[in-house]
Amino acid sequence: MRDARYAYAGTSRQVLAGVDLDVDAGRVVAVVGPNEAGKSTLCLVAAGLAPIAIGGRLEGSVLLAGDETAGLAAYQAAQRCGILFQNPATQLSGTTSTVWEEIAFGPRNLGLDIGAIVERVEGAMATLDIAGLADRDPQRLSGGQAQLVALASVLALRPSLLVLDEPTSQLDPAGTRLVGDALSRFAAENGTAVLLVEHKTGLVARIAGEVAVLVGGRIVERGPTAEILADPALAEHGVDPPPAVRIERAVADAGRSGDLVGLDLAALEMEPITGSPLPTGAPLPTGTPA
Amino acid sequence: MVPDFVLRPPTGSYHALNPSTKLVLAFAEAAVAFGVRGWTGPLVVIAIVVATAMTARVGRSLVPFALAVIPLVASILLVNTFLFPGATDVIARIGPLAPTWTGLEAALQATLRVAAFALSVAVFALTTPTDDLLADMERRGLGRRGVFVIGAAIGMIPRMVERASEITDSQRARGLDTEGSRWRRIRGVVPLAAPMIIGALSEVEERTMALEARAFSAPGRRTILRPLPDSTGQRTARWAAGVGAIVLVAASIAGILPVP
Repeated sequence: MRDARYAYAGTSRQVLAGVDLDVDAGRVVAVVGPNEAGKSTLCLVAAGLAPIAIGGRLEGSVLLAGDETAGLAAYQAAQRCGILFQNPATQLSGTTSTVWEEIAFGPRNLGLDIGAIVERVEGAMATLDIAGLADRDPQRLSGGQAQLVALASVLALRPSLLVLDEPTSQLDPAGTRLVGDALSRFAAENGTAVLLVEHKTGLVARIAGEVAVLVGGRIVERGPTAEILADPALAEHGVDPPPAVRIERAVADAGRSGDLVGLDLAALEMEPITGSPLPTGAPLPTGTPA
Repeated sequence: MVPDFVLRPPTGSYHALNPSTKLVLAFAEAAVAFGVRGWTGPLVVIAIVVATAMTARVGRSLVPFALAVIPLVASILLVNTFLFPGATDVIARIGPLAPTWTGLEAALQATLRVAAFALSVAVFALTTPTDDLLADMERRGLGRRGVFVIGAAIGMIPRMVERASEITDSQRARGLDTEGSRWRRIRGVVPLAAPMIIGALSEVEERTMALEARAFSAPGRRTILRPLPDSTGQRTARWAAGVGAIVLVAASIAGILPVP
């Protein structure tokens, strides 16, 4: 994405006001930012849906696997970039009676032969470890399971870029863990580039190798996950640091004020921030604060 | 290999018929039930439908469908029996009411027609998965958008019912009175309808984009997962049923069908 500027149809306000962003194969880049920063719009533009499917005015350059999105049809963009939205309910076709058929929906649209469809469906389910859901009714899944099925449906198109627009925002902690673990595994095992927009910085810390901070349609900061998430300026941009960082700071503040006397730090049982499975910059402080 | 729960092998000879064959038969039965005058049309159709249901082993499942038409049948019986225009052969006078034999006969015939129609549709619905029908229609040239619209509309009904129930519960939790007099219940529809319509509309854009992201607009034909066997015999049966129904109805209307 080079100097990408985008305004929705019927408006002149540029929601993206000159964004430069690259996501290399095998990398997970997270985008964080306050509400109204343009994060969801960034996802639509990166996936080519804006302006291909929803119109609007795009300036600058957005390339998907080397091709300008402006010159692609929606189905061509879909084979280069998969996108997952916040609400799993709206991403399922609503016309299938089993998860297997739901995942096969995209490959069937491409007119692939049965053998190729079977291979893609089984592969996507195996990647996300959801083979056990294959014969379930997609409308009768939990939120986390439905989001995994939606993700598998996108993966079955074998995109080289995966755009995730707050994929866990409507999920409870169990659902978030389910999707987070699957994404973490997927990112580690596949060479797919992943662009993750996520409010939950704890999840970002677990799976992203790099973080960009989007404010007012512009990227104001970008760097290795650990470095950006530990940056005190993050909160000034309206982004909550991960729980581990907040606890770290709270403990440090309490230590300075003497409130730590008698506090059993080991009992906090904090989940350590391990950063990304991919190489990152400066490591975030890990483990139980001491 | 496509798993069995996707292929869903048919469980009997009637179930195994091509969905289009069963659809044409249901339409033909309905046409004869409504289009052939007198008692013969609806009675013959009911006999055929019941025999088909027994063969397909869905006889017991017809009961709810039969029960569902009771309110309609009751109103047909009452209106025709008591208010049949021009009838003078009064059965008995009950105060200001005067049921007539002519009205009762018309009501019973109409009841049989409604029952024949409802049961023929029921047998079709009980023996034909929606997916199979849509897949067959798609194979016969109906566009993927048409297939999607029909499939989504059918699938949407239970979801809308669920959502309506959720919205009603949440509105009740905030003090809305949705029970009691008819006026109260009518007033309760407004706060129910608005969130449902607005919610459905707000989902449309995301749903559209999700479909586009799954190559819904790709050119060419979609792959059909389940084989839906057809045969010369079934094609012949479809034509015979369709043409036969049209001929019977036309003959009945022309008054040249020698049946009571």
